[in-house]
Amino acid sequence: MDILNAIVLLLNYTIIPALSYGSQLALGAIFVTLIYGVLRFANFATGDMMSFGTMFAVLLTFYFQSIGISLGVLPTALLTIPFAIIMMILYMLSIDKFVFSYYRVKKSPPVVLAMVSVGVMFVTQAIIRIIIGPFDRRFLDGEKFILKANEFKEITGLNEGLTIKSTQAITIVVTIIVVSIMFWFLNKTKTGTSMRAYSDNEDLALLSGIDPKKVVLLTWIIAGILATVGGVLYGLDKSYKPFVYFNNMLPIFAAAIVGGIGNPLGAFLGGYVVAFGEILITYAYKKFFTYILPSSLEPNSLMQLLSTDYKFAVSFSILVIVLLFRPSGIFKGLRI
Amino acid sequence: MKQYLNVVTAYIIMFTLIIFVGVFQSWSQALSILNYCLISAVMTIGANIQWGYAGLINFGIMGYTALGGLAVVLVSVAPVPEAWKAGGINMVGSLGIVVAMIFLIRYVLKRIQKSKQRNYLIAGIIVIGILLIRLVAGPGIESIEAVEPAKTGFLGGLGMPILFSWIVGAFFAGGLAYIIGKIALGLRADYLAIATLLIAEIVVSIIKHEDWLARGVKNVIGLKRPVPYEIDLQTAPWFINLVEKLNSGKLKVIDTISERQDVLNQLVIDASSVYVKLCMAGLFLSVVIILLIVTQKALYSPWGRKMRAIRDNEDAASAMGKNVVKEHLLIFILGSAVVGLAGAMMVTNDGLFTPGSYRPMRYTFVIWVMVIVGGTGNNFGAILGGFVVWFLWVEAAPIALFLINLFTSHLPETNALKIHLIESAPYFRFLMIGTGVLLIMRYRPQGILPEKIIKQ
Repeated sequence: MDILNAIVLLLNYTIIPALSYGSQLALGAIFVTLIYGVLRFANFATGDMMSFGTMFAVLLTFYFQSIGISLGVLPTALLTIPFAIIMMILYMLSIDKFVFSYYRVKKSPPVVLAMVSVGVMFVTQAIIRIIIGPFDRRFLDGEKFILKANEFKEITGLNEGLTIKSTQAITIVVTIIVVSIMFWFLNKTKTGTSMRAYSDNEDLALLSGIDPKKVVLLTWIIAGILATVGGVLYGLDKSYKPFVYFNNMLPIFAAAIVGGIGNPLGAFLGGYVVAFGEILITYAYKKFFTYILPSSLEPNSLMQLLSTDYKFAVSFSILVIVLLFRPSGIFKGLRI
Repeated sequence: MKQYLNVVTAYIIMFTLIIFVGVFQSWSQALSILNYCLISAVMTIGANIQWGYAGLINFGIMGYTALGGLAVVLVSVAPVPEAWKAGGINMVGSLGIVVAMIFLIRYVLKRIQKSKQRNYLIAGIIVIGILLIRLVAGPGIESIEAVEPAKTGFLGGLGMPILFSWIVGAFFAGGLAYIIGKIALGLRADYLAIATLLIAEIVVSIIKHEDWLARGVKNVIGLKRPVPYEIDLQTAPWFINLVEKLNSGKLKVIDTISERQDVLNQLVIDASSVYVKLCMAGLFLSVVIILLIVTQKALYSPWGRKMRAIRDNEDAASAMGKNVVKEHLLIFILGSAVVGLAGAMMVTNDGLFTPGSYRPMRYTFVIWVMVIVGGTGNNFGAILGGFVVWFLWVEAAPIALFLINLFTSHLPETNALKIHLIESAPYFRFLMIGTGVLLIMRYRPQGILPEKIIKQ
């Protein structure tokens, strides 16, 4: 019984939150990695691009709510995602046309493109703040919980409750759907293969008749979908605040590099590595050990490796360790 | 002379703008802008040493700035004896453990061949060390933070003069740069950018959350000053006389003595704040000038030529027998030390240390924009960039407000769009800076004042 309690405790406080946070990071990390693999630069506007897509979802959610459209138990935001994606892709394509394409044609070094993306970051932040403001907004509606702690306790008779928020379940389900479609597209279709070929060796790909414009267009479209979905899922789970999205860029970068930048599968797994690292290292295991150890060995301290203040620092430390020992990432980077 | 013409024109325009602010807003405002411009200039000199001289991309500027600020607290604040009594031994013990860890790791690195076992051994040393530190420092931290938490709750500093802390700040930042350089300098340029950005974030989060060190997000206020205080000036007879003399024309017009006294008091209060800021500006200006002379000399010395050779073609330089790794590390440390100095200057100027305010947007990306806009590889350009961008950063909101009012003047005051735009005027600074960078990168990629290579 105690063992079961301990497992439920861990599930509730570490594994389920880490899975949903990891999924959100994973979507962002694949976005970073795709841009890096195909367009060959580190996109410092990542967080703000995600925020940009989410902003439309938030605004449309408010609009839909005001005219009485809803999805019942599901959040209305899910309904707005397709529209938000379209806006996002339009924004990304126009940014690419007016800003990035010039440097791509000129074959500027990646550092210059990274600097340009810093400029894009400033502009995007300005647009977001001018349109929606810097405030914290919650746009979750519908059913909040799938399983409440009390209900779980009643059903199973355990001491520990298990809570599953609907946003956590939605995050995991949507991520699985989006990511599997994306991998199917990249690995099984002809267009996807041409994208991978372009990322592997640009010259050879051009030689075999792959249209670079089409590849770039496709990359931005996939990136737009990933950024918007990832951003909306994060916003539903926590809340929408532009500054937080900018900061999320940092663990997302960590996830992409840990997984091996340029490798989407690596980025996907990297998201979970970072999320689990953050949560497992900063969780206080005291209660867990009181369940599994005999009462004579009960710990006095919190049994916490690092305080929760250092959540972000943990993911960056993981990154530093990976950079030190495997600079190409855990899952060998630069292949998509 | 002609080749310096654009430099001179650019600086004249810049100073005219600041004088405009002085005339139309207030002299106090103009001087605070000038002070921050000078601090930004020191930061851009640091970033320019790394990016312009050696092509190293360092997005960790925020971390060095914060460390410089920390140095001010650790050096200038008076020590808190109660806190030292409560937990000093534990903290000194933990410091001992850290030093022991470093030596152990160095020993392992030297004595044992590169292998998996060595990595595990190092990881083991670090984990055991952290656990030991937590065990030793834990109770100490608790008792230190319990000492008058509203006022102190930290160990305090050494109580030394604040100007000394500027040097210490530079050393702190240089030390951090040594560690980061050892870890990350072998990476590709954009990896290096990300790695430094994240490591800076780690540094700031440690400063933010270790309350025993510098009170964390509770801030340290009322730091010492290298210049007189306003209150002292307002009661000093020589200062009042000076103000009276300077404003004698204005004062003569007023008839009644009591009224004249009121006006004089107000003038003294204004003048004291201007005087303090002028003193600060003098200090900062001398730092900027010294740094400028040193960096200019370095840039046109054989060493500077070597750096440019390494930047432009690493392989060729290393084939010529230059030690690229060593030079990169050196320049990384030097540049970071200058940024640390700027961080210490900034905290001195503010008189308070607020770890919560260190954000990558303000302290990393804006500084980079300054370097790019001003002119990479040109010290005059970098300083100008610091001035221009900081000026825009501060004055963007008033300019935006003016433009919004101009373009929406035909709309009624209650128009929702107009109200919304006026409310979001502060965010136009991001738009201005962003479009500025994009335009410069596109049409003048070498910056306002491009790099000049003097053939010798």
